[in-house]
Amino acid sequence: MPDSVNLTVNGRSVSVPHGATVAVAVAIAGLPCRTSVTGEPRGPLCGMGICFECRVSINGKRHCRSCQTLCDQGMDVKTND
Amino acid sequence: MNGKSHDAIIIGAGIVGAACAYECARRGMRVLVLDREIVGGGTTGAGMGHIVVMDDSEAQFALTRYSQTLWQELRPQLSDDVEYEQCGTIWVAADEEEMAEVRRKHEFYSQRGVPTEVLSADRLKNLEPHLRNGMAGGLLVPEDAVLYPPCAADFLLSTARKHGAELRLGESVAVGEGVVYTSGREFTARFTINATGAASPQLTPGIEVKKRKGHLVITDRYPGFLRHQLVELGYLKSAHSVTSDSVAFNLQPRRTGQILIGSSRQYGAEHSEVDHDILARMLQRAQEYMPEIATMWAIRAWTGFRPATPDKLPLIGPCPSDNLVLLATGHEGLGITTSVGTARILVDHITGVKPEIPIEPYLPSRAAKEFTHA
Amino acid sequence: MTDTHPFDVLVIGGGPAGIAAAVRAAECGSRTGIVDDNPNLGGQIWRSSTEQSPPTEAAEWYLRLQKAGVTALSGKRVFDQPAPGVLLAEGDEDLLELRYRKLILATGARERFLPFPGWTLPNVMGAGGLQAMVKSGLPIRGKRVVVAGTGPLLLAVASYLKDHGAEVSIICEQASYSRLALFAIALWNQPGKISQSLELKRALDGVAFAPGSWVTAAHGRAALESITISRAGKPQTIPCDYLACGFHLVPNIELAQLLGCQIRDGFVHVDDLQQTSIANVFCAGEPTGIGGIELSLAEGQIAGLAAADRDDEARKLFSARNKAQRFARALDRAFQLRPELKKLVAPETLVCRCEDVPYSRLQRHTSWRSAKLQTRCGMGPCQGRICGPATQFLFDWTPDSVRPPVFPVRVESMSPATRNFETLKP
Repeated sequence: MPDSVNLTVNGRSVSVPHGATVAVAVAIAGLPCRTSVTGEPRGPLCGMGICFECRVSINGKRHCRSCQTLCDQGMDVKTND
Repeated sequence: MNGKSHDAIIIGAGIVGAACAYECARRGMRVLVLDREIVGGGTTGAGMGHIVVMDDSEAQFALTRYSQTLWQELRPQLSDDVEYEQCGTIWVAADEEEMAEVRRKHEFYSQRGVPTEVLSADRLKNLEPHLRNGMAGGLLVPEDAVLYPPCAADFLLSTARKHGAELRLGESVAVGEGVVYTSGREFTARFTINATGAASPQLTPGIEVKKRKGHLVITDRYPGFLRHQLVELGYLKSAHSVTSDSVAFNLQPRRTGQILIGSSRQYGAEHSEVDHDILARMLQRAQEYMPEIATMWAIRAWTGFRPATPDKLPLIGPCPSDNLVLLATGHEGLGITTSVGTARILVDHITGVKPEIPIEPYLPSRAAKEFTHA
Repeated sequence: MTDTHPFDVLVIGGGPAGIAAAVRAAECGSRTGIVDDNPNLGGQIWRSSTEQSPPTEAAEWYLRLQKAGVTALSGKRVFDQPAPGVLLAEGDEDLLELRYRKLILATGARERFLPFPGWTLPNVMGAGGLQAMVKSGLPIRGKRVVVAGTGPLLLAVASYLKDHGAEVSIICEQASYSRLALFAIALWNQPGKISQSLELKRALDGVAFAPGSWVTAAHGRAALESITISRAGKPQTIPCDYLACGFHLVPNIELAQLLGCQIRDGFVHVDDLQQTSIANVFCAGEPTGIGGIELSLAEGQIAGLAAADRDDEARKLFSARNKAQRFARALDRAFQLRPELKKLVAPETLVCRCEDVPYSRLQRHTSWRSAKLQTRCGMGPCQGRICGPATQFLFDWTPDSVRPPVFPVRVESMSPATRNFETLKP
């Protein structure tokens, strides 16, 4: 089992420990996950799949809850999508 | 004021009641609006908010077109939360038989001054790229619009209140012998209007309004995915049927970028729970027309009850069984569209002004003659 | 869609209550399944961490779960009941139809969030929320953290974060000294809790603990930079990288509501065998009353045994449950929210984060339903799970009916082509 997983967040390469969530990868990249309907930057609030503030696109699929998604090698994550 | 507490008492704070309140109040009448719950909490809060001309019959066309032009006149004053968008409707034709219907409608509207455009398959694909391949074409009606009904009702009521109308919410209402009972008090008026939609037979027993249940689903935000309200031509077959449960492809882009997915019709269903089979059929139909909907996030499903009459025209005018009550109900799926037109012709009629379109087709007294032939 | 053979006992929720229920049911010979929407079992309190193995207690239960042959379905969101005895659950790539004879709801709780200026800034999170992120790999070493809100969770989270290298400067607990003292007295009956508290005290040496204090604003441009707190009636500004702020817990009762279970005072009503108002549906853990892990384990086991028709064995656990319930009641009394927290919102402070609805737009409404229809508050993806408890506290509104889907799901999951729901039999 590899110790770390490599994925891209908005095209930038990010390395996370195995078992980390996509929300963590986005945080490590120093980015908010989404922009609210009035233009505010937003990041995870509840950490458990309830608040929907952590939504990002993962491999082209929009509005995924990143705090409940484990990182996979080579994942393509886009914020503010 | 002849001892009456008000000039007009309107029961029902949905879109039709709100429009009646607006019409009465801006003519200087003393208006009282009553509702047992909240503003727009009935069918108004459940429906799609589509402003659409329809050509089922001359009478339906007249009222929908008239009312649509009134909405256009109102448009500059509407508050932002009403979200009025003139996105237009496209009636989608899946085959040549439906294209013949497209051409018939085009001709019908053309003769009556409603601008429409026949769309070839290619043009349709340009306008709505996410429709599946193989559609035959469609009819674009550019003056149709969408809005957000609860805020539209609230806007009309707020304007009425600026003209002095009173609003009392949250108390049940009863009417008898020309007296309106609510909140432990009695009110009387020159005009008492029943605008309670699907609940109107509870207030005025015996009127021919039945519940026609519908389902809707709303998605998360996908801005730019859909530009027009899309309706399949088979919708008309669905709306026409008086007996069976049916679904039809009917999609609306909300200003938020959310997609509102409809529609369904059921008779005899009294409970407001979601019917899973009908819902599934409705969603399958939508996916047949726009496959990418399949992987969109559905946030919530809900139901509503349209107030339906046997001849598919609303009841506007004096109630035959109780001439102290005026009816403004039975609008089925066209309540939002025809609310302002209904209010205008009703209030014209009762104040002795000649309505701009004839009111006769909608008078409740037609029932005695027509309904027996249904 | 995958069709499963009926489970004798199906447990929804993979936290301590759910796991305990599933273990007991399975050890009695029931064909048992457990479903959870997170990638791994454990819920919140036993959430798995990228760095550490699970706590001993959790590990023991996991082992029993495995040995008893429970079918574990992780990463599946239960969202609807199309017919009695059948639940639909969606995974990232699939849709499951789950049939059961007995159902145990162990859907846990979520944090209560109260709005204050700046609460929507990135890096303002729940207390459990930040802990969950750190467990999922968020680097916290050397970061400045303030923990605030109310409830015993704050101490547990502060201790965890400090253990992982965070600089926790202060814990702001809104409950007053006197309320907390009453709580401490209630702990006399619970020796286990006292030693837990002593451990926590040791772990939190060097971290200021400030009862009667709360956050009044968070500041920053793109993300959190500092907060202002009210402490002993005076404002104090503290620079920080993360704010972990939660106001105790709210039960996740939405699935129970969808199924039609009777709800009393905001919790799922159950009898002493953890049975709801629906004959074959049980409920255990936080949805029946916020009470912490011991209560969840006791209730879970009772529900599992009762679902497996072992009522007598279930009754043997009543005294353990009663003891844990006393702690739960003490919790309730100690951590009630003070009225000052209602005044934190400014007119422009957002209350509904999904639809960006500010406090000023909500003030004129007298019911949740009216506010929802007119402003869209509560109509977003979270369906009022975040703003509902906040508006309940601010305005005394009670949320309205639950409709499917209980969580957002793909449109295709609500319209499986191969199924006619009318033909499903329990």
